[in-house]
This record gives sequence, C-alpha cells and structure tokens, in this order.
Amino acid sequence: MSTTLPLPDDASNGAAPRATSQSSYLDAGMTVRSWLTTHDHKRIAILYTLSITAFFFIGGVVATMMRIELATPDGDLVSAETYNKLFTMHGVVMVWFFLIPSIPATLGNFLVPLMIGARDLAFPRLNLASWYLYVAGGAFTIAALVLGGVDTGWTFYAPFSTLYSNTHVIYVLAGVFVVGFSSILTGLNFIVTIHKMRAPGLTWFRLPLFVWANYATAAILVLATPVLAMTLVLLAVERIAGIGIFDPALGGDPLLFQHLFWFYSHPAVYIMVLPAMGVVSEIVACFARNPIFGYRTMAYAIIAIAVVGFLVWGHHMFVSGQSTYAGVVFSMLSFLVAIPSAVKVFNWTATLWHGRITYAAPMLYALGFIGLFTVGGMTGLFLASLALDVQLTDTYFVVAHFHYIMVGGSVSAYLGGIHFWWPKITGRLYSDRWARFAAILLFVGFNFTFFPQYLLGIAGMPRRYHQYPPEFQTLNVLSSAGAVILALGYLLPLLYLGWSLFRGPRANANPWHATGLEWQTPSPPPQHNFASIPEVTEPPYAYRPDRLGREVVQAREGTR
Amino acid sequence: MSLLGLPAQASSFAPKVDALFYAVTAVTCAVAIAIFLTLIVFGIRYRSGSPTRRAEDVPAAQARARKRFELAWTLIPLLLFLSAFGWAGRLYVERDEPPADAMVVFVVAKQWMWKAQHASGQREIDELHVPVGQPIRLVMTSQDVIHSFFVPAFRLKQDVLPGRYTEMWFTPTKAGRFHLFCAEYCGTDHSHMGGDVVVADRAEFQRWLTAHGGAPDMAARGEALFREYGCSGCHGANAAVHAPNLAGIYGKPVPLADGTTTVADDRYIRDSILLPQREVVAGYAPIMPSFAGRIGDEEIFDLIAYVRSLADTRDRPR
Repeated sequence: MSTTLPLPDDASNGAAPRATSQSSYLDAGMTVRSWLTTHDHKRIAILYTLSITAFFFIGGVVATMMRIELATPDGDLVSAETYNKLFTMHGVVMVWFFLIPSIPATLGNFLVPLMIGARDLAFPRLNLASWYLYVAGGAFTIAALVLGGVDTGWTFYAPFSTLYSNTHVIYVLAGVFVVGFSSILTGLNFIVTIHKMRAPGLTWFRLPLFVWANYATAAILVLATPVLAMTLVLLAVERIAGIGIFDPALGGDPLLFQHLFWFYSHPAVYIMVLPAMGVVSEIVACFARNPIFGYRTMAYAIIAIAVVGFLVWGHHMFVSGQSTYAGVVFSMLSFLVAIPSAVKVFNWTATLWHGRITYAAPMLYALGFIGLFTVGGMTGLFLASLALDVQLTDTYFVVAHFHYIMVGGSVSAYLGGIHFWWPKITGRLYSDRWARFAAILLFVGFNFTFFPQYLLGIAGMPRRYHQYPPEFQTLNVLSSAGAVILALGYLLPLLYLGWSLFRGPRANANPWHATGLEWQTPSPPPQHNFASIPEVTEPPYAYRPDRLGREVVQAREGTR
Repeated sequence: MSLLGLPAQASSFAPKVDALFYAVTAVTCAVAIAIFLTLIVFGIRYRSGSPTRRAEDVPAAQARARKRFELAWTLIPLLLFLSAFGWAGRLYVERDEPPADAMVVFVVAKQWMWKAQHASGQREIDELHVPVGQPIRLVMTSQDVIHSFFVPAFRLKQDVLPGRYTEMWFTPTKAGRFHLFCAEYCGTDHSHMGGDVVVADRAEFQRWLTAHGGAPDMAARGEALFREYGCSGCHGANAAVHAPNLAGIYGKPVPLADGTTTVADDRYIRDSILLPQREVVAGYAPIMPSFAGRIGDEEIFDLIAYVRSLADTRDRPR
C-alpha cells in the first residue's frame, strides 16, 4: 500500500532512529494519572495488554495446579472441591478475561485505527470506559476467587449453578456480566470506526484482513454478548429469588439454559479465533513477501464464519436430550462452517507459493498457528459427526480439541502478533534468536501437553475428573510433563520482551518492510498517529518480493 | 484396547461407530499430512535466497492458480463433509430407535450415584447387570442436577435430566465389566460417580436375577402404590369419579381435551401424575390433583411399570 503523504521517517532506511517532529504516544505523559485517564487507543491497548497478561498468568497457575493433581490417578494434591474450583476459575479467567479480549482489545485497539489511517477510534472515551468495565468485571472475579472460589464450571449449567452449588456463584456471574459490556462497547467502537473513519482511497477491499477479522468479531461481540448478559441475569434471578426458569423443580427447563448459553458461547469461539486468523494473514503475507492468496475469498470466508457461526450452537448438545432432528440440523451446519476455515488454511499455504520466505519469530508463531489450527479444526470434524460426538463429547477429546483451537491457535497468533508489532508498539527490537526459541518451545510443549489428551478422550476418560481409573495415568503423566515445557515457553517472552523494553535496540518505522499504513508512521507512533492522513492507492499486501525479500533478511540479522 | 486406544467393543453399536471413527481418522490424517507436506515443501523451496525461479508477476500467477484450485478445494471438502455427515447422522438416528422387544431398565441418577431398577424387582446401585444379546432400553431421570450416563465400551452417552425422561438403548455383545462414568459435571464428587456395567451370558444373568430376587416386581410394587396413593379411588373398577380407564392404554394414542393426540408412554404417565392439568384426556374434567413433591422418581417408575402391565388387559384395575 503506498501513500501520497511525505513520510516522517524513511521506511526503507534500516537505521532510522525514532526521533521525529512529533513526540510519540509513550512520551505524551509519564504519570500513572496520564495513563489511567488516557483517551488514546494505543495507551488503552497497553492497559489491556497488561491486564490480560496478569489474568493469563492467574489462569496459567491454576492450570498448572490441575496438571500436577492429574499426574496421579488418586486425588491427592487437592480435594475434589478445590479441583472443581480450579477448573472453573481456569475456564472463567481464560475465556472472559484473556481470550475474548486478547487480540481485539490489545492488538485490535492499537492497530485498527493505524491500519485504516485514523487518528483514534470513533469513541475514545467509550474505549477507556470499556477498559474500566473490564477491570470492574475482573475485580468481581478476583473477589470470588479470594472469598473461596466457585465450583460450577465455566459453563454454569443449571440447575447445579442455581440451586445446588454452595459457592460464590453470584460474584462470578456479576464479573462475567460486567466484562460482557466491555466487549459490547469495544465491538460497537470498532464497527463505527471501520465504517466511518477509513482514510481516503481505503475501500472495503483494500482493508487488511486483520481489519476484516476485527470487524466480523466486533459484529459477533455486539450481537451475541447481550444474550449472555440476559442469560446470566436469569441465572441470578433463579438463584437469588427462586423464580423458576431453568430448574424443573421450579417449573423451569435446564435445556433452555444450554441453548441460551451456547448461543453466545459458540460464536465466542469465533470471537477468539477470527482475530487470530487476521493476525496470521498479516504475518504470512509479510514473511512470504507475497500478496495473500485469494484475498477476497479470505475476506468472504471471515464473514461466512461469523454468520454461520451463529447457527451451530446446538452441536454442544447432541447428547443433552435435545431432539434428534435438531441434532441432525446442527451437525449439518457445523460441517458447513468448517468449509471457510478449511479454505483459509489452503489459502495461507498457497500464499507461500512463489514467495521469498524468511523465518523470523512472528512467522514461526504464524506457522505454528496454521499447524495447530489445522489439527484442532480436523478434530472438530469428529465432533460434528453425530455418532462420534456421542462417544467423544464431555471427554478429554473435547478438551484437547478446543485447546488446539484456542491455545494452539489463538494464543500462538496473539504471541505472533505481539512479536510482529512489538517494534511498532514499543519502538524497540527484541532478540529474534530467543523469540524463535520460545516459539519452537511453545509449539513442542503445546503438542506434548494436549496431544495425549486426544488419546485420553478416545480411550474414554471424561473431562472435569479430579481422580480417574489407573489405566489413564500414562497419558496424563505425558500431558503434565508437556505442561512444564509449555509453562517455560510462556515465561520466556516475559523475560526477553521485558529486556527489549528497556535495553532493546531502537526500531525504525518499518523493520519488517511490511505494507500497511501502520508501518508508514514512526515507531512508536506519534500521539495522533499520522502527521497527515494518508491516501491509499493500492490493494493490500502489495509486496514486491524480488527487491524486498533480501532486505528483510538484513533487517533480521540486525536484531540478533 | 485397540488401535488408537479405543476401549473394548461391547455393544452392537460399537463396531459401527468405530468403523466411522477409523474412516474419519484416515481421511483427516491424509488431508492434514498433505497440508503439512505442502507447507514444508513450499517453506523450503521458496525460502528466501533459494535459487527456485519465481513468477515474474506473482499476483497474476496467483489469479491463474485460484481459477484452477480454489473451487476444487472448496467442493472436495464439502463432499467429504457431507459423506461424514450422512454416515454419522444415520447412526445417530439409529441410536434413537430401540427395538420393540427391548428389556426396560429404569435408572435414577442423584449426586453422586446411579440407581437402577429391573422390571422383575431387582435394584442395584452403581452397577448395572445386563445379559449378552438382549436389547436393553434405559429410561432415565435425575433427582437433582444434570448427569450423563456414559459407557465408553458401548460407544454411548446420554445426559440424564431432572424433571424429564431421557432414553438410551443398546445390545451388549461381550461379557465383562465395563466402566460406567458420569460424563456431565455434577458437583463435588462428579469423578466418583460411576461404577460398572456387568454384562453376563444369559445363564449367569438368570443366576444373578435369582440371587437378587425375592422382592416384588416393579408392577406389583406399582399396584400397591396405586392403592396407597389413592389412585384406585378414581381410576379403579368401582370408582364413582369419572376418570380414564388405564387398562390397555400403555403405548396407545390418547385424544386430549385440546384436540391434539399424544401417546401414553412413560413421559405421559409421569407428567399426568406430576402435572395432571397439562394434558387432560378428551371427555374428562380436569379434576386430578398433582402428586408433585409427594411421590418419588422410583415410585413413579413402579407406577409406570404397573400401568404397562395392564397394557394387555381390558379390565379396569382394582
């Protein structure tokens, strides 16, 4: 994408310092107050990054305890009650306080305005309000944890959650309810921004796929999250006031809860994975030095996934007592939603064709995403196949499947994105050698942890089991051992990225020689993003492989 | 344990599910390997600095390749997916169609145990004894939260809900003890809620029935309850109240007051006891009181067995 504006920083000059006529957003105020009252989308993205990282490590510590417990068949480290609270907290924290906001609220918040040539999101104050709602929701959840935890599972199935659980259910319901509004407001902000604030010449089919992905995600956030909010209120009403909605003893219907819950929670999977697909598209194109293969198909596939994703929730309920014919329809639709996902994998692969590929850390994370997402997607087909789902649902097969999609997929892409845009966000370079090592370690550790769980599920081990028959021990020990590698892999980036923050060499405006408007402003960007609003005259991913492929190698050498 | 660690095959359903499982595994593995090989080949062949010749105009080359490949790699997965959908769907529907001669066993789940009662009166906890070769139909309900009856060796799982009946049927094909798990998270001792399904050959099963017999069978217990709860006061032969005759109705269509028709199955009998105003038989006044809260799930099963035992007679119950 080329522009007509005079660049403040020569994009082709590898040694350019970040000194510019404008001060960067990071220099705009150093006080805590200046951060907590900022309306700058870039600073709010940083606030989100810090908060979700904290929650990621809370969820991670909890998961570590579960894996240690599961190393032996008997429940010997923690009690059954504590174990149930651990997996509930792991699910709640990782889903609502890490994965859902992960890419949209951090990279999306930072990059969407930059990528479309805007000075901020449409509603900067609302953006800050979103973060405060996130913090408030997080406070309720931490309160539940501190007061003694919750044992309902993140799915809150009634009537267990309304009548039978003696734990702090209401606090967590309140936490998830409030954080939902943070999602809704972020979604609203993105939709308006992408519709109204694109730079001159930036037509819909010149948008980077990352923007398409965040647009589709925003639509899901706005349409699905209110259903979750209502459902949680109904749960609270039944739990507090004893008004029968879901509990048959009070005249309610427990399947109604499952329909309402999954009507949100299945699209929520696409909230987690669509932005990841956007990140991977940016990275693969850049490091293959090629346009994305079938750009329009890729954009339509994102929209197709978002739309059809609303119609498949019943595949969580094939053995729930839902009607057989409803099951048949939901199975068919679940296979259909897999088609655009498959096409995306084929098109990323084809993007490498005739490329000049380099393997810096972001590319390793992106390739890791493609591999793990493929395995997660393929095993999703088993679960869409009705008679196989009857056997595999509620076993470790499902646990492995969604971790391949959400952790192997989304978290790899999130880390890939953090590494790709790190120089832009911080103005610093990091050690590519350490970053590539961490990417490989995470890939190995991830498979080591979660592949045995597929086999456990096939062998028939149910999920959410505090203790298990001894024949499942070998695979559980393998999984727990893998989790040690995985945990190290997640700690490493904290170290070398932390080092980069203070000691890393300065980055120029465009260290990867990438296309896209965000690379045409200095690193870190000035407070108002662009000295003058750029004008777009080309399609996205206009990579010129013959010339720039070579330069990327040089830039990477310089970061070692 | 068999290939890939699937559990033993112990029901007529298991080999059919496994055939599908292996087919889906083979196809998905083949496609995944093809994708990974392509990634690796492209990754090496088109690495920066490799001597491989590239197209002069990559976007134009991509556009030509798209015409050739994109439709193919949309339609081929679609065909494969539809095949898996059809195959798996057919088996799933079969799971919903128990044979008419299936032996009924009633199951009540509660935190954290499985209680089963056989028509001939035997009751068991955390165990279920069934004979080889005999189709079994489980009629299940829960006293508290949602549970799920999961027997990996049968390749079957069915959630068990409070306030309604769910069913599951199977024909055991192999003698032995097989894990019974609760597969739906149900609270503190969820992972303890299980036991064994014991499949025995017919002679041994008969010995087990005899050894654990002696109690009145379910229909007899139901008949006693029928009088105890005063049902016979209205539905009995000498009743002065105008109430439907229950003899011979089991499994038959019943015309309702609102003009629709339902079938007098287990669910209908249960709902008629607990929610009598919901589906009133045409021609009768809605005068039956609800027994909700006064009568347990296991007693309702006994009453159902009693009404079922009247299926062949035309005489009013005494």
